[in-house]
Amino acid sequence: MTVEQERSGTRSEPVAGEHDDDIVITPDSRLITEEPGLGGAARAFRRRLAQGELGNLPVLLGIAAIWIVFQSLNDRFLSPVNLTNLMLQIAAMGTISVGIVLVLLLGEIDLSVGAVSGFAAAVMAVLNVKHGWSAWASMAAAIAVGLAIGAFQGAWITKLRVPSFVVTLAGLLAWQGALLYVLGGTGTINLSDPGIIDLTSTFFGPVVSWVIAIGVLVAYVGAVGLNRRRRRAVGVPVAPIRVVAARAIALAVIVVVATVTFQRDRGLPLATVLLVGFVVIFDIITRRTRFGRHIFAVGGNAEAARRAGISVDGVRLAVFTLCSGMAAVGGILAASRLFAVNQSSGGSDLLLNAIAAAVIGGTSLFGGRGSAWSALLGALVIGSIANGMDLLNVESSIKFMVTGAVLLVAVTIDAVSRRGRATAGRF
Amino acid sequence: MPDTVLLRLEHVSKRFGAVQALTEVDFEVSAGEVVALVGDNGAGKSTLIKLISGIFKADSGRFEFDGSERSVTSPSDATDLGIATVYQDLALCDNLDVVANLYLGHERIGGSRFLDETDMERDASGLLQRLSVSIPSVRTPVASLSGGQRQSVAVAKATMGQPKLVILDEPTAALGVPQTRQVLALIRRLRDSGLGVVVISHNLVDVFAVADRIIVMRLGRRVATYDAATSNADQVVAAMTGANLAEVDQAMGRPSEDQPASDGASDGASDAGSDGGSTGGTP
Repeated sequence: MTVEQERSGTRSEPVAGEHDDDIVITPDSRLITEEPGLGGAARAFRRRLAQGELGNLPVLLGIAAIWIVFQSLNDRFLSPVNLTNLMLQIAAMGTISVGIVLVLLLGEIDLSVGAVSGFAAAVMAVLNVKHGWSAWASMAAAIAVGLAIGAFQGAWITKLRVPSFVVTLAGLLAWQGALLYVLGGTGTINLSDPGIIDLTSTFFGPVVSWVIAIGVLVAYVGAVGLNRRRRRAVGVPVAPIRVVAARAIALAVIVVVATVTFQRDRGLPLATVLLVGFVVIFDIITRRTRFGRHIFAVGGNAEAARRAGISVDGVRLAVFTLCSGMAAVGGILAASRLFAVNQSSGGSDLLLNAIAAAVIGGTSLFGGRGSAWSALLGALVIGSIANGMDLLNVESSIKFMVTGAVLLVAVTIDAVSRRGRATAGRF
Repeated sequence: MPDTVLLRLEHVSKRFGAVQALTEVDFEVSAGEVVALVGDNGAGKSTLIKLISGIFKADSGRFEFDGSERSVTSPSDATDLGIATVYQDLALCDNLDVVANLYLGHERIGGSRFLDETDMERDASGLLQRLSVSIPSVRTPVASLSGGQRQSVAVAKATMGQPKLVILDEPTAALGVPQTRQVLALIRRLRDSGLGVVVISHNLVDVFAVADRIIVMRLGRRVATYDAATSNADQVVAAMTGANLAEVDQAMGRPSEDQPASDGASDGASDAGSDGGSTGGTP
């Protein structure tokens, strides 16, 4: 996970000193440089711990703790079958959460994503089953409906200056009504088109899985290596090789273990490839493109962004459009897994889980801080708890309470570490 | 005084409802000159710089930039002319690092359609080094910088568009002594590189430390102009408040008989008196 790479990995050279008429600038001794060796690594880690600069580490530790607890209560929890099921269970929630991350980065909220996912799935089901549209055409129509809803809500928020909380709360009700309307008297539409069902029931065999796994690793190492060479060529400081290597090895371990685990069951699920693919794409969009930079700028200081010539309303409109589009994709995945769209599609706890996932994963509710990876990591936390308690036959009353408690703990950890950051002058 | 006048306002007036914010004000800055704009609250300093930076439009008067008459009706008009303004709130994004803030709205794109972070980082480091702005790392989020560093980054950001005139609103307010020196040194470097600089400040010590000329405003009029080298703070305070020098000396608890500087005052203020015709409260 490379989210923190730019921020914490690179250290500047001391600014070369020039004698000025009344100030003398010496090479900057305040700058904390990473010392070489294991001792240096340990000290750097302690400093970052104290300053709340941990990136994804708390969430990863949380996932590990949850997995250890459930595995000790039920030894089927970490079985390949169950882990594959877990990945299928979080596909829809995680996909919706990716869109939520974008909205949270702006410091806004979208409460309509659950209802939009249900409505978009219903549109797909009606077109596919009742009107005989092909799977691809009806899925494209569902995504188009999601994008259109997002554009409509985004325009309402930006042009009429109505808070996003209110507009999307109204959307939550309205699109739920639209779902019931589209479904009509039947209430449930069963899906049988393989083009839709296969989204969540396709599993890749060993050859394809290993090609994908090795491809991912080669692409990562290649991109990091090229970047380092370029930075060195123009004389910009590069991250210590120790940090870079540790990241690459961690990624390799995760990818290899995951691939082996999936192969011991049905294989690498297409739904997981889609979810991780969305996360990677949106991670690149947010961190590596002008549009992504503008999202962070608007979330950090909208007035500064406006004065810098950024179209603040344009960024907001685009983000709400993308968020609803991702909600529609999540709705398609959920329908595919359920083999049906019914009156409760996109309802229940889907909305709150998608928002909770983003927050648990480390995206701030106040805008300007977070990453697409938090959608995947937070969805893993929530999905693991739900899955583990299902295995233990815990009643749903208890499940809700436990999930609520986990959300509270996660946000509290974030708030406490934010205080550490504030003391250390971090955002 | 340098000879190439960069910006010249003539007989500019601005009215808000029943309030005459500016009355027939003349204003001029040359390239390679630091002009301090001082005055009490409500004197019209902010209105004047907002006219220059295109936020307000003057009701009447002439706006001349680089030797030709211009019409500046929006902030982008001013930016296009080469006028950059750093407001007191600095307009930085705390969550972004120094490089991202410097290039905000003008991010550089590499061949692959992605941000060219490497290029931006190198040039940002180069710019800050040229301006002798000392910052631990250009990859530090702006939130973790000191007030002086933030001000310096905001000024550096203003110079990104190759402006000819930089306007700074209270650049040293709320800064400690070393940080203030750092920012004043930066202002001098801007001047030495040939830019015109306008500084609004309440702090006369800072004004005398950095300015070449001091323009005093009071109640919407330009009341006096001083050469910073040949005047002193008492004269400026007197012009700001409309009191005479003796009163200022009394208020400060000093004997009022020795006034070697009063000659300098009439001397320095003659400039405003001759072309503005509104010498108001100068002694």
